[in-house]
Formats: sequence, structure tokens, C-alpha cells
Amino acid sequence: MSNIILEARNISKVFTDPVQMNVLNDISFSVGKGEFVSVVGKSGCGKSTLLYILSTMDTDYQGELWIDDQKVTGQREQQLAAIRNEKIGFVFQFHYLLNEFTVLENITLPGRKLGKLSTQVLEDRAMKLLRTLGIEHLYNKKANRISGGEKQRVAIARALINEPQIIMGDEPTGNLDKKNSEIVFEIFQQLSQEFNQSLLIVTHDPEFAARTSRVIEMEDGKILRQ
Amino acid sequence: MNAKLIIDIALSLLMARWKQTLVAAIGVTFSITMFITLLGFMNGLNDMLDALILNRTAHVRLFTEIKPKADQPVYEHPEFKDNHNILHSIRSGNSRESIYNSGAIIKTLQQDNRVIGIAPKLKAQVFFNEGNIDITGVIDGIDVEAEAALFFFNDYVVKGNAADIRNLANTIILGKGLAEKLLVDIGDVVQITTAQGESFRLKVAGYFQSGLQDLDKVQSYASIQTVQKLLGKPADYITDIQLKVRDINDAPAMAKEFATTFNIDSEDIQSANAQFETGSSVRSLISYAVGITLLIVAGFGIYNILNMMIYEKMDSIAIMKATGFSGKDVNRIFMVIALSIGFFGGLTGLVFGFIISSIIDQIPFNTAALPTIKTYPINYDAIYYVIGFSFSMFTTFLAGYFPARKASKVDPVIIIRGK
Ligand SMILES: Nc1ncnc2c1ncn2[C@@H]1O[C@H](COP(=O)(O)OP(=O)(O)O)[C@@H](O)[C@H]1O
Ligand SMILES: [Mg+2]
Repeated sequence: MSNIILEARNISKVFTDPVQMNVLNDISFSVGKGEFVSVVGKSGCGKSTLLYILSTMDTDYQGELWIDDQKVTGQREQQLAAIRNEKIGFVFQFHYLLNEFTVLENITLPGRKLGKLSTQVLEDRAMKLLRTLGIEHLYNKKANRISGGEKQRVAIARALINEPQIIMGDEPTGNLDKKNSEIVFEIFQQLSQEFNQSLLIVTHDPEFAARTSRVIEMEDGKILRQ
Repeated sequence: MNAKLIIDIALSLLMARWKQTLVAAIGVTFSITMFITLLGFMNGLNDMLDALILNRTAHVRLFTEIKPKADQPVYEHPEFKDNHNILHSIRSGNSRESIYNSGAIIKTLQQDNRVIGIAPKLKAQVFFNEGNIDITGVIDGIDVEAEAALFFFNDYVVKGNAADIRNLANTIILGKGLAEKLLVDIGDVVQITTAQGESFRLKVAGYFQSGLQDLDKVQSYASIQTVQKLLGKPADYITDIQLKVRDINDAPAMAKEFATTFNIDSEDIQSANAQFETGSSVRSLISYAVGITLLIVAGFGIYNILNMMIYEKMDSIAIMKATGFSGKDVNRIFMVIALSIGFFGGLTGLVFGFIISSIIDQIPFNTAALPTIKTYPINYDAIYYVIGFSFSMFTTFLAGYFPARKASKVDPVIIIRGK
């Protein structure tokens, strides 16, 4: 058992439409267990593109991706979905929740898909997460009836339901005001310090990055510093 | 576990769009209702028209045909028997219309357990004398009890009592059209002349209405004994033996068998009424065509609604995929949506189809041609319900297949980046 949870080996990606463009150029780095890593860089430098590859949703790239000592590159769609479900918690910039479901149902859905715990146990766990995030009272509300900051906290709870190996976030505070950004950051920090949760968070907020344990700086599809 | 989750998600998506879902389901319901009603009604009519013939046609009829002998004497003459002889103007040697040894044949048939009923008959051509006009007609000498048991004779006697022709001597039941031509009522006396020139007077015991008007203008019935008396023939003189057999499909083979065994002519119901099958199958075909057309229209409705739903739910599909649902799961979710529309829409359609059939079944339908029918006929055969339900599941499956496949292929990266 190595101490590394995620490893990118020489990952490159080319967009050919509308013009040929090397959006990612030979990216290699790794994230250790319990590390809180942030990725920074100018808008358009390829941070999101990289994160979609690392989260196994984008399979069209060169190089290799390893998660939890397992080679992910080349796996079939169904296995990738299972890896996302079990090992990765994803928090988007825009709070994607299923509007047909309540807050509690949104959070338990990935857990029910995993199928390891009963719905009852999952709901208990979801309630505990909501309590930690300070939004316990919202559990029975429909997802489209809560504010943006609350939605982002629900999305974090959903990302945590299966106790993933790593949490990935694409500018999770990018759409929030100062106060809510602070709340979200503190949640991440708490997860990192108290639960030794590995995190890989893309951000363009230098203040946010400065407070993480490690910063990866990107420019024009390359890693400048890490 | 996974199945329950998929069904839960599918139903939540359905509920979120319950108005469109309802419209789609109503489309299926409507077509299945029409399908069931149409088939039930069409086949009810088929059965009725078939019964019109089947009820009153023997499965096998034994008779003696007047025809030339197959082996002409020239072929027995030693000088010509090996030649190819051309014969002109052959006469029928056999002038005997009655069945030879009928008593013995009937006894043998009674022992045969493939035969469920035997009705002897004696046909006589007569003239009904009305003033100085002679109307040609036929008197069938029948055994009323056998005729009633095998051919529902009593159902067609619309006035008077069928049993009277057995119980009262010299009585006759006239076809309704014939009675009207002769201007006679029950209790009146008609004058008839046989082909041999003998005159008789018979008392009218009732009217008979078959549903075939041309037949009712010439046909009449009396007891076998009465007709034997008219013709001056002995007590075993009959022209036809009518049989009902246990399995109607055996009729052609049995007809052939009896023809050789008894050295007699025979006819089975299939060759006598070949055209009936055709009419029935054309009517069924029309009902199926209409039902399937309606279902295809409903199918397009479902297809549209699912496509719309997928465009609306792109975000939800992307989230589900990002959180670990595979393309296969998404595909199943949308298939469940389509099939549940088919299932509930179809089931409701069956219920409504049954209700409408029952209502039609109550509507009075009186026609002079069909005295035994009082309301519109409906066939409630379960097979139409099974077919209707299978069709609705099949159509919704097809309607859901392509949208579901599209949903399963949604690339979450494109959706999430697009924000
Ligand atoms: N589907 C695409 N086709 C072509 N170019 C793309 C596509 N998606 C992103 N890009 C380009 O790739 C570059 C990197 O994009 P992105 O990873 O979103 O940057 P960041 O997240 O760092 O702002 C941008 O210049 C963007 O215009
Ligand atoms: Mg970005």
C-alpha cells in the first residue's frame, strides 16, 4: 500500500476543434493520502479540463491516470462509473442537484447506487453530515427551494456520503459570496484536518490557495510549480 | 437494490412531469380501449355470422346423389374393356334419392363416439297453392327434437310451437316470407301439391325465421312422418342424415370415411362453407390494423415526450453520471419511464375497453334477419386483452428505446462545462 491516492502520469490532451490546441501538456503529479491540494492558474489554462480527466468523466487523453493504486486509464465506462461512485466525491462550481428530489434524497442517491448500506443507515449518515455542515433543518426541502450557499453544502454532503478516497472540486466557491466561500473552505479544512480527507480543489482565489497544504500552479496547459 | 433505485428515480422523474406523462398514457389508453372494443365487437359479429351458418349446418351430411355410375358397362365388355372409350349422353342409372338402409346406418353412427348428434331429414319439393297461383317450396321432414338439439330449431320458430308438428298430425311450420306470400296465420290451412300431383291440406302450426330471407320464402318444416305420407313412402324413407361431430376439424376425414363405409355421398362443413373463413379473417385484419395504427400514433407521442424529458433533464443525467451512475443505469431509468407509461396506460385501456364492450353489449340490436340476437354481440375472449396489453408494452418499448439510448450517451463533461 503506497501513500498515494491519485497519480497523473504524463497526461496530455489536444482539442482539434475549432483549431488544434494542446490544452494539457505532459502533466505529471500525485496527491498523497490526507493532502489538501489546490490547483491555481489563469482562466483558460486547462484546470477544468484536467479535473474532468482526473475525475474519470473524460477518457479522451494521452498518458495514464492511477487512483488508489489502480490504473484507471483504459477501463470501461461501467467500471469508471463505479470508481466515481465509490472513490471520488465531486463538487462543481455550479451546484448541481436533482431538483425532483429532496435534500436528503440527493445526498443518499450515490450511496444507494453503491448499495453497500441500507437506505436507513445512509439517511442517518446524511443527517450527520447535514448537522456538521450546519444545514440539518433543510433535509426535507426540495433541492430547488434552497439558497446557493446551502446548495453547495448539500453537494459537499453528497460528495462525502460514500466516504470517498478523494474529493475533487472545480472552483466550488467561485459562485459564492465571501461569507459562504469562507464556510465552504472551513468545511474542507475540517475534513482535511479532522478526518484526514484527501482533497484536490481547483480555484482562482489566491487566498483560498494560500491556506491549503500544497498549491499546484498551472499555465498554458503545463504545471509551473508544485 | 439497484432495480428499486432505478424505479424510484424513474417514478420521481415521471411525477415531476406528470401532466405530459398523463397525456402520453392517455394516448396509449385510448388506443388500447379502441383496440379491445373493436376486436370484441368485430369478433362478436364474426361469431354471430358464423353461428348463423354453423348452428344450422351439419358438420357432416350423408345423402345419395343422382349421378351416372362411375363404372359404365362398356368397361366390362371383354372386347372393349382395354380401350379408351368415349361415351356420350350418359343417363343417371340411379333414380333413388333416399338413403338405402338408413335405419342400419343410423344405428352404426349412434355407436360411434366421435358423433355427438344425428338428425335424419327428408326433403320434398312441393307447390303451395294460393288461389290459382302455385308457389314452389320445399318441405323438410324433420325430427323436431333432434333438430332442436343439434341446430337450435326452436330458436328460429318465432311464432307458434315447434313441438306441434310432432304432436299434431298434418301440421306445418312455414318460413315467415312464405307465410306472408300465402297470407296465412297460425291455425289456417294451406293447400299443397306434391311433384307426383297429389294434393294435401296442412294446418299452419308456426312461423320460422332463419335470418336468410330468400330461404324463408321457400322453406317449410313438417315431421318426417307427415312428409313420408305426402310422398307416399315407407317409414324408413329419408334423404339426408345430418351429423354433428365432437371435433369439427375431424369433419372432412369423417365425411370421407362414412362415404366409403356406407357407400354413400357425403359433404363436410368446411367444403360447404369455405367462404366464411375469409369474411371472418378480413374483419379481424381490419380491427388489428386500426388498433395497431392507433398504437403507433400513441408510440410517437411517448417518443416525443421522452425526448423532451431528456432535453429537460440533461443536467440531472450529467449529475447522475458524475456521481457514479453508468450509461446502462440511465438507459434503464428512461426505459422504466417508457414502459410504465405503457403498463399503466395499457392496463387502463383494457379496463376501459372492457367497460365500453359491456356498454355496447347492452345496446338493443333487433333485426328481422337475426331473431335470436337481442343486443349487439361482443366477444370477450381473453386473448384480445393479452394481445392488446402485449402491443402496448411492445410499442412503448420501441418508443422508449431510442430516447433512452440517447440519454445513456449523454457526456457529462459537455453538460457541466456548458454552464
Ligand atoms: N470542448 C472544447 N473544445 C475546444 N476547446 C475547448 C473545449 N473545452 C475547453 N476548451 C478550451 O480549452 C482551454 C482550457 O479550458 P478550461 O479547462 O475550461 O480552462 P480553466 O478551467 O482553466 O479556465 C480553454 O482555452 C478553452 O477555450
Ligand atoms: Mg474552469
